[in-house]
Order: sequence, then C-alpha cells, then structure tokens
Amino acid sequence: MEQSLTLLVSIVYYFHEMKNPDLLVFNSKGIYCPRAKVYLDPWRPVSHAIITHGHSDHARFGHKNYLTHYSNIPILKHRLGDISVQGVEWNTPFEINGVTFSLHPAGHIIGSSQVRVEYKGEVWVFTGDYKDENDGVAVPYEPIKCHTMITECTFGIPAFKWKPQQQVFDEINAWWKENKEEGKTSVLFGYSLGKAQRILKYLDPSIGTIFTHGAIENMTEVLRPQISLPPTHLITRETKGKEIQGGMVIAPPSAHGSSWMRKLVPYETGTCSGWMAFRGARRRRATDKGFVISDHCDWQGLLNSIKASEAERVICTHGYTDIFSKYLSELGYDASVENTDYDGEKEEVSSGAEKDSV
Amino acid sequence: MKDFAQLIEELDATTKTNRKVAALAEYFRNASEADKIWTIAILSHRRPPRPVNTTLLREYAAELAQIPLWLFEDSYHIVGDLAESIALVIPNDQMKSDQSLSEILEELILLKAKAEQEKKEYVQQKWMQLDYYSRFVFTKLLTGGFRIGISQKLMTKALSQVTDVPEDELAYRLMGDWTPASTSFEELIFGRNEQAYVSKPFPFYLAYALENELEELGDVSEWSFEHKWDGIRGQLICRKGELFLWTRGDELVSDKYPELLELVDFIPDGTVLDGEILPFIDGEIGTFNDLQTRIGRKTVSKSILKKVPIVFRAYDLLEFEGKDMRKLSYQERRELLEPLIADIAHHSLQLSERLSFNSWEEAIAERELAREKRSEGLMLKRNDSPYRVGRKKGDWWKWKIDPLTIDAVLTYAMRGHGRRTNLFTDYTFGLWETNEEGKQELMTFAKAYSGLTDKEFAQVDAIIKKTTLERFGPVRSVEPTLVFELAFEGIAFSSRHKSGVAVRFPRILRWRKDKTIADANSLDDLKALIPN
Repeated sequence: MEQSLTLLVSIVYYFHEMKNPDLLVFNSKGIYCPRAKVYLDPWRPVSHAIITHGHSDHARFGHKNYLTHYSNIPILKHRLGDISVQGVEWNTPFEINGVTFSLHPAGHIIGSSQVRVEYKGEVWVFTGDYKDENDGVAVPYEPIKCHTMITECTFGIPAFKWKPQQQVFDEINAWWKENKEEGKTSVLFGYSLGKAQRILKYLDPSIGTIFTHGAIENMTEVLRPQISLPPTHLITRETKGKEIQGGMVIAPPSAHGSSWMRKLVPYETGTCSGWMAFRGARRRRATDKGFVISDHCDWQGLLNSIKASEAERVICTHGYTDIFSKYLSELGYDASVENTDYDGEKEEVSSGAEKDSV
Repeated sequence: MKDFAQLIEELDATTKTNRKVAALAEYFRNASEADKIWTIAILSHRRPPRPVNTTLLREYAAELAQIPLWLFEDSYHIVGDLAESIALVIPNDQMKSDQSLSEILEELILLKAKAEQEKKEYVQQKWMQLDYYSRFVFTKLLTGGFRIGISQKLMTKALSQVTDVPEDELAYRLMGDWTPASTSFEELIFGRNEQAYVSKPFPFYLAYALENELEELGDVSEWSFEHKWDGIRGQLICRKGELFLWTRGDELVSDKYPELLELVDFIPDGTVLDGEILPFIDGEIGTFNDLQTRIGRKTVSKSILKKVPIVFRAYDLLEFEGKDMRKLSYQERRELLEPLIADIAHHSLQLSERLSFNSWEEAIAERELAREKRSEGLMLKRNDSPYRVGRKKGDWWKWKIDPLTIDAVLTYAMRGHGRRTNLFTDYTFGLWETNEEGKQELMTFAKAYSGLTDKEFAQVDAIIKKTTLERFGPVRSVEPTLVFELAFEGIAFSSRHKSGVAVRFPRILRWRKDKTIADANSLDDLKALIPN
C-alpha cells in the first residue's frame, strides 16, 4: 500500500516537473537557469555567468561573460585578470531572455550578492555565501522573499553560535596588547579576501603597527577605495624582524608554518574562523589561539534567514547539507540537497590553507 | 568554577610545557585549599563517581537547546566530544554562578543518590548558570573523561614550584589511595599520614624506547638484560601484614588477583616489588588476550581462576625490611631480590631472569628469541642505575622486537576525537578471505587510528568522503581502494573476534600507495604469523 502510494506520488511529481520545469537546475557545470541560459557561480567554463562574490570557489576562471555587482568588479579583475564583466546595482531588476534577475546584498564579504530569479511570478533566490550579522564592512544582508531558496549551510548544525563580533574583536585587541607587553609579535591568520579586511577594520591601531603578508596587502589595496581601513605595512625582504616585533601581522592561513614566518620570531599565532568554535579544529591547526569569527551564518542565522524568506522549498548546497535539510524537513519545509563544487566539507580538512568559505 | 575553567582553558590553549606549568603554578598560588586538593585529584584521575549517565545528559541537553535528540546526536558526532557538544548547543553565555570548584564537586557527589527528576533540574540549571567554557568543564566533570594533556609530571613540577617540596617527593606523595573527601591539601603535600603510607606505592621508573646504536651504550658488561614481559606493570606492596597490588596506571587491583593475596603470608613485611602481572597457563606465559579476560572483571569466578591463573614476575626491589632501596644500584637491588624470591618459593611469585652477555651480538641473538619466550623484546638496565622517578632517559631502555606487519584494506572509517574531530581518522581494516560461495571478500580484523601524518590523514579523509558507500551515524563504509601496512605487537587466535584472530596494538605503519587492493594480504597470511 505504502509502496503504491509512493509510486503514485512520483508519477504525479514527474508530470508536474514536465509541466513546470524548475527555474534553476543543478547540472555538471553549475546552477543553471535553462530559460535564461545563464549560470550562477558555475564551476566549469560557460558563456554567461552571474557571480555572487569573489571567493575562488564561486568566481572561477574561463567564463566568456561575467555579470556581478559593481563593487565586486575590482575583486574579480584582480583575481581573474582581464575578463569581460558587466556590473549591476543591488535591488535593480534586469531581464535575460524574459527571466527577471536582480542582485541583493548577502553580507558575506565586500561585493557579495544573492541572486533573485523571477519568471511568471515564481521567485527563486540563490544566497551564495551569506551572513546575517552586519559586520560594518560588507553591505548588510537583506532577506528576500521567495518560493524557493537555495542556501549554503556551511555551519548548519546547532553547535555553531557566533558571539557579537565586537566581543571577539575586543578579545583580539586584548590578545595583541598582551603579546606586545611580552615582546612578542601577534600573527593572525585569515583569508585574504573578506576576513582580512574585516579584521583590519576593527584592530586598534593605537596598540601598535599593523603588518601584512603580500597576499593580504594586494587584496586590501584593491578594496581600500571602497572602505576605510587603518594603514598597513607590507613585510618585504628588506623588513627587519626588529621592526615587526610587538606588531600585528595579518597573513593568509597558508603562511602558517612556512619559512616566511621565521622573521616574525618571537610570535604568537591566532586563527580567525568559524571552525575555531571546535577545540579540535584549533589544535589541528596548531595555532595558539582560535578566534571564532565567520563570514557565514551560524545555525540560528540560517534558520532566521530561511524563515524571513518565507520560502516553502529549500535546497541546501554546501556544508552540513544532510543534517540541515533533514531538520528543515521536520520543520515542514520541502527541503533537499544538491551537490555543488562549492567548498563545504572540504575546507574542514584543509588544515594549512583554509578555503574561501571561512 | 570560573578560575578552574580558566585554568583548563589556558592548559588547553598551549602546547608549550613551560606555559602549562606556569598556568598551573599560578592557579595553585591563588586557589583555596579545597579547590587545590580537588584540582590535584581531578588532574590525577581521581574524579567523583559519575552522577548521571551520558544517555540522560544528551536528553537533558537536547531538551534545553530545544532541538530533537537526533540533531543533538548528529552534531555530537561532528564535534566529537560530548561535553563540548553540550556546552556549544546550550543557549547561554552569561556567568551567573560564583560557586567554587569544590562546592560544585561536593554537590556532584551528593547528586548521585538523588532521583532522576532532581538530577535533571540540577544539571540543566547549572548549564544555564555557567558561561561556555565553565559549562564545558562542568560537563567534563560529569562525564568523567578529562584528558587535557596534563601529565602527573607537569602537575608535580608546578606544585613543587609553589610548595618548595622536591618533585620526586611530591610524585610519591600524590600516589596511592587518597581522596579529597578524606585528605586535605596540607596533609597530602606536607603531612605524614601513617595509615595512607602503608598502601602507598612508589612512582614507577619508566623506560624510553632505545634510540641509539647499541655500541653507543658503551661496554656490554655495564648492562643487564631482561625480557620485556607483555603483561601489566605492577607494584606489589607488603606492609603491616597487608598486601597491595598497584598498576602503573595508579590503580589498586589487589582484589582482582586473589591468587596473589596469599603471598602476604610468604613475603616479609616491609617489602615492595616491581614486576609484571602475567597470565601463566600450564607452565607457560599466556598471551595478553588471556590476561584481557581477567582485567575487566570485578568478581573473579573459580573457573576463570583455573583457566587463566596469574603470576607476579618480579624484576626489582624498591623496599626491603621497611627501607627505601631506590638509591641502591640495580645490581645491588637484584642481589637482594634474587635470594628473596628464592626464599619465598611461592608458585605465584616468579623472578624475571637477569641476563648478561659478553658481546652486543649475543644480546641481539637473545632478542631474536623474544617471540619464542613470549616477550616483547628486551629491557636494557645499567648495572649501576638507581631506581628513578617517572620516564627518564639513559639508564633503562626498552628494546622491542620489530613488529609484525601485514597489508590490509581500509573498509570502514569513523570520525576522530579531540584534535581529529571532523576528520575521518579511525579506520577499520579487512583482509581477503574466501567465503562460502568461493568468492573473495574482505574480513574485518583490526582497527587502527594512529601512524599517519596530519597531511596523510587529510588526504585519506578526502578519499573517504568521496568513496563513501553507506553511513551509519559517525561510521562510513567505503569502497575498498586504500591499502595500508599495519604493524602490531602480538597475535593470537581468538574466539571473541569474527576473524578468529586478535592482534595487539595495531597501528598504521605506512600508506601503501603502490599497492592495489588485490595486492593486500589474506586472513590466512595473518594466521600464519601466529606462533605455535
């Protein structure tokens, strides 16, 4: 009985699908809108790509035409070189092959957007990476009402609960001060795009001098026209260890344990990441101090955002997708999981070089 | 509680020994007497008994966090630590409690006898009153597993800085049978409680594995050799007409080995022996597997006593005629020990034979006989060495035989714990066997979770995630593709294992990227390694 019912449901579902194909589908190249013939954050080269933000798992090489928010263009050009890219404003609809698109702030990093897709009154939203906390750096996330929401869930288990960022930055500044008093240099690891600028924004320059690794300095230079940040000093071959002592050094996670660090001795290391909520993650990274700060939603942030979107259907892309979608189903959502090439589980293992979705 | 939680956080935050000692010393300087003694107790694994079982704790936590139990369980599998999972999901980060560590622990002791409803209210209330880290530490105290990398050595070092009592003296004082309920900090560190001293063991002298070439140890005549027995290291104490048997893990086990209790009438008063607890069946040393059947038992039945009798094989004399012998040389101690054991002449007390050789070659030849003699290799002991405290280099070395090895296929993986949380690092391995239908299949025979570098673990983890076949909670079955060379110390037939074979201390020796699963060994290859 139950079996035949399931069969019936699948048949009905099949015909429904034929009549109303999904506005967005997942294929081998990315999230695709068949009607508009446009991809969102594709992971294989395509003709037309709408890009949510500049992290390398979302903004990849090789597309013919890129479309993104204005503020993301300098980032894309810096990372991908001479590309054909068109900029659009937030909350400003544009049409492609009769499908209405618009970008909306995602609050993840500078220039990060959600993509709203509408056709004949049906609305889909692809969040890209996002966070609901206003970090004072990225334009704050705006919940968008939709029927179907495609959401990330990097931190989609209830063990993740962020503290207000000011509290964490107070801890960071106190840590810097303490290290300085002991004659040590503070080295903070964070991804060069997004995390690094967020840290810079809230460091207290009255404590000492802020130094940067080349990767951080370059990206920060690209973003300075968009945000006011304290002065930074690039560490070059000529920089003497003595000058750096007691200062704050911002470096990408890949610098941890590299010979580049030698000049910084004596130092204390800290890592800024949502994963630092786990004691094991900090120890695995062999970092002295873990600061729990993330550019993604925590558990409650994800749930609140989904609720605010009023979506009935939720597709989970990367992170703890199985657990998160199961819980959403229990809450009454039509929730499912789609595999993408965005870094979900992967980044938890890349101990040295933490990836974009930190 | 806050101070103690802060101490644990500081200890957890650093891998540097000096920092840990400094944090402990600072804590001991400022803590109350009651908190000090409790801290020593907890860090030396003398916790109050578990007042609430972990199943209930999970239910309490899920309820308080307003999430379904399965979601809590799934989160726990990812976090990898129960106390940490609970601390993370409880929605509060305000410290509203100013209770001290000792107050809380005294409440926990009383909690054990309370009704379940009362337990629940108490635990949930505490969780809501404590901030994140204190909640984590509190829950660790509830669950019992407190492993934060603080060795007894570090603690005695810190205590020594604060009290000016020498480290070796402290190490001795902290051993044995005491509880914070019956002993004050003053008594433990400075006092002399005669009753407590009757049962108190000496700190064990532990050897490192041999690191250098034999020739670098000097003249072979300066050394004595013993076989390294594969049992449980123990200390047998006869004082004031009582007998106490302690293990190296500072556990009093006299009651578990009744056959040794009658020795109290044979061994002279004021004698302390260092030796090995070994199974001895039909005039032969049994396997560690045999011993295993005795270890876990609270009550020892007559049949098991008959099936797996135990002996104590002595190798050193720490106290004789009531006097501490540890300053004497090994040679002098042995010269007293050997006639003593001969005089006692009891079948449950044996002597670990002392060997000496004319050349290092002879020593090498003796080591080759280890498996035959049911030992793990040789111990090297310098003739003029005193009996030292703790693990020290130089005078004693363990020189184990090379492990047995086999190439096996990874079949299941589980998430690790602690620093490997979130990574699949605990593996199950299989060997080829022909099933009833004549087909080759992989038979599980061992689990191992050490031996790879962090980088290799990350690579294997990525492959496991890509080749997952099925998920069972924290465990995944994977498509067999990876071959590893496993090493182990001992091997024996076993009816308790599906494969019919038990291996001892299995670990990963290396990842055989050069081999395909067809190249892995069979269960028959493994069985061929079992000594007759």
